Amino acid sequence: MSDARAVADRLIKAKRLNALLTPAKDLRKSLLAQAEAARTTGVLYGMPVAVKDNICTLEFTTTCGSKILEGYQSPYEATAITKLKAAGALIAGKTNCDEFAMGSSTEHSAYGRVIHPLDKARVPGGSSGGSAALVAAGAVPAALGSDTGGSVRQPAAFCGVVGMKPTYGRVSRYGLVAFGSSLDQIGVLGRSVHDAARVLSVISGRDARDSTCEDRDPLRLPTVPESLQGFVIGLPKEYFPAELDPAVKRACDRAIRMMKELGAAVREVSLPHTPYAVPTYYVIAPAEASSNLARYDGVRYGPRFDGHQDLHALYRTTRGQGFGPEVRRRILVGTYVLSAGYYDAYYRRAQQMRALIAQDFRNAFDRGVDLLFTPTVPAPAFKAGEKLSDPIAMYMSDIFTVTANLAGLPAMSLPIGRVKGLPIGGQLIGQAFLEDEMIEAAYALERVVPATDEA
Amino acid sequence: MSQAWETVIGLETHVQLRTRSKMFCGCSTSFGAPPNTQVCPVCLGLPGALPVANGAAIGLAVRGALALGCTVHPKSIFARKNYFYPDLPKGYQISQFDQPLATQGSLSFLSPERGAVTATIVRLHLEEDAGKSIHDRFPKATAVDLNRSGVPLIEIVGGPDLRSPAEARAYLQTLKQLLEYIGISDCDMEKGSLRVDANVSIRRAGETALNTRTEVKNINAFSFVEKALGVERDRQIALVESGGSVSQQTMLYDAKESTVRPQRSKEESHDYRYFPEPDLPPLVLTPEFVAEQQSELPELPGQKRERFMAQYALSREHATVLTASRAVAEYYEHVVRAPAEPQSAANWVMTEALADAKDHQEQLRVSPAALAQIIALVKGGTLSNQAAKRVFAEVASKGGDPRTIAESLGLVLVADTNVLAAWVSDVLGAHAPEVGRYKNGETKLMAFFVGQVMRASKGKADPKLAQRVLEEKLSA
Repeated sequence: MSDARAVADRLIKAKRLNALLTPAKDLRKSLLAQAEAARTTGVLYGMPVAVKDNICTLEFTTTCGSKILEGYQSPYEATAITKLKAAGALIAGKTNCDEFAMGSSTEHSAYGRVIHPLDKARVPGGSSGGSAALVAAGAVPAALGSDTGGSVRQPAAFCGVVGMKPTYGRVSRYGLVAFGSSLDQIGVLGRSVHDAARVLSVISGRDARDSTCEDRDPLRLPTVPESLQGFVIGLPKEYFPAELDPAVKRACDRAIRMMKELGAAVREVSLPHTPYAVPTYYVIAPAEASSNLARYDGVRYGPRFDGHQDLHALYRTTRGQGFGPEVRRRILVGTYVLSAGYYDAYYRRAQQMRALIAQDFRNAFDRGVDLLFTPTVPAPAFKAGEKLSDPIAMYMSDIFTVTANLAGLPAMSLPIGRVKGLPIGGQLIGQAFLEDEMIEAAYALERVVPATDEA
Repeated sequence: MSQAWETVIGLETHVQLRTRSKMFCGCSTSFGAPPNTQVCPVCLGLPGALPVANGAAIGLAVRGALALGCTVHPKSIFARKNYFYPDLPKGYQISQFDQPLATQGSLSFLSPERGAVTATIVRLHLEEDAGKSIHDRFPKATAVDLNRSGVPLIEIVGGPDLRSPAEARAYLQTLKQLLEYIGISDCDMEKGSLRVDANVSIRRAGETALNTRTEVKNINAFSFVEKALGVERDRQIALVESGGSVSQQTMLYDAKESTVRPQRSKEESHDYRYFPEPDLPPLVLTPEFVAEQQSELPELPGQKRERFMAQYALSREHATVLTASRAVAEYYEHVVRAPAEPQSAANWVMTEALADAKDHQEQLRVSPAALAQIIALVKGGTLSNQAAKRVFAEVASKGGDPRTIAESLGLVLVADTNVLAAWVSDVLGAHAPEVGRYKNGETKLMAFFVGQVMRASKGKADPKLAQRVLEEKLSA
């Protein structure tokens, strides 16, 4: 019981970050109740795990950072949450995020922006910014996020924590509020590779409620290796462009040198379709989102805004006032690209490009590369407001992360140094369902890389 | 004017598959439960819920496709059909679009005007039903019942091969019969398990190109099919003959007024923005699965009709009536095997048995063995036809052995010549003038005497035997 109180206290102390959406009173009450009910034999016994607010929980409301789901209490919980609880973990409140996970800064939340734990003027990244900030502030050892185009890895990089996105189909999406269904995966943010990996292992595995979840046993954690002997690490040249932030470049070079010192073979590879990844992503994700978000119409749940003298006015006012500007922008884009007459030019071509991007990765792996190493984000955390008026600049923050979602591959970010006190993340991209190899390499790199030193 | 115009009709039929649970969740599909009691996060479209396809529904759909002679595709794709409506909880319906379950089938049926016609089945695909909007339950408000949301349907799209409203009805009747036969649906229009929309256009007789069509919706009872299409055909003809032209629109049929009215454009969705459903992998059917569904198919109505004609020497008309439903066909064959002479059995089943069933919730109340026995009693001279009908009615309502019932009702024909002789004597004694006329050569009076004997015996005399006794007495 005293543990549950301490967990609540730590979370409430981090209040200034605006990372937690659960009110302090509710959090305390629930944590005490959960601690009493928790299984004492589970592998995560007593471990508090904060949960992004787009994952359904019975303990707390699920708002997706949106006004349109203000106060929404799900009558069921996500499979990942059921698995966490079965392993003895405590659901440590719901974390702030970009509305419906659409954004790269957690500024697009109806409940206010999340503060970067190391610099209050900056953003923590997004969309799982609340989860990343809480882990970075030491309030929880791990938190769930969701990653559609980098929403776990990019905030992990900005906040200096570990962020893992599993292979598409590794973790059940049942109860994850859909954004881009063919891209979405629940991921984990952790203060260490091990914390993230053990939570990921617990939530992974088959689920009869999700037809896109593979019929596989849960991920088995590898042991921490002595070296990287036998690993071939590929460096995709398209991820190290000339305009890359020099500090990010220095941090990556240092990490690459260390992997070599650990015995890894390093070789340059090419993923030639990389320049098309962001445009491809910004067709497919909004297309799916425009359909996934159609259900928020004020008819069955969530607030109904005034002015519903007829059905169309009800839709217009509820959706017009309930959704924020970024969500509205993506619904409009998605509706457009799926429209008759534009489908072939946008959606179909994007699907074709997606297949080519996935083929790029297969080609690299077929040539004997085990893992790819890249910067997670081209630059460290930016200032709040800096990119709000420039959606394209904001979208470019995902340039190195969207490809893993398009190809369905596992990928993770881990801290590899700092620039002017701001964390820099390095990304490992693995082969489908070979998260264990990716985690093994991350374990080895984590032990040697000076994660908090200036690069 | 009807000479100058030809009507072209194609039907789109939605059929509810007979499954216990819904298409993408485990909720019950049973009809008539209180509103919104057969729902879960999936069919309510709650945030985060995901669909899982119902294998039983897929099997039934494949059976339907095979019975219609369609090509069943080893891989088909679920797609989202996007539109906003309060009874569509996800804002999209999961359906199939450019890669449907099955294509290119056909349905042969008897047209009232053209005889045997084979209509093409363009495609057959799987989809989920929407909920139900109830506009008349609460004043100034619409209520939504989502019990039906997610119920499995197949849509069967027929080609523009029908040439009259009556033909459309015959097509639909045959389709309904086939689907009921193979047991994949109850096809009950009143319960909404069979729904039909029609594409209608007209052209000058002799033309082969298709003209602009309208879609007629809201035909919600079988008896309205012909009326609704007739109304729309007449509207189009009148429109064109007065110099107007048909525009492509949806017409709603109003059964009360027997009219059609255009659907308001607001009610129409112009662009469904179909795209592949990312929550469901492609539907892949193994050859083994398809073969298994094939083996589940019974003899189809057309095949059965041909067999009845050949095997039992029945006319096409009789064979058609007897194979109209699987239950009746099976009943008939049981009677024949009991055994009974096939034509007599056909007569009895088509008249007494079907009439009785019609009054008793389609229950065939007399067992095949009992009916065969009744037929045998008539053949053997134990029962008159009239008496046999009474025995049938008695067995139908109370059950029991036909001979015992015939005896207890005193319906068994009396074949004892001593008893008959007494009745004959009475009759001849009472009708001396007629006896005189008969003896003078008016032999056609025999029928009169037989009638009188039957009357005297209260119908119990065996008429053939009575005639013989009469002849003996009158010639003496």
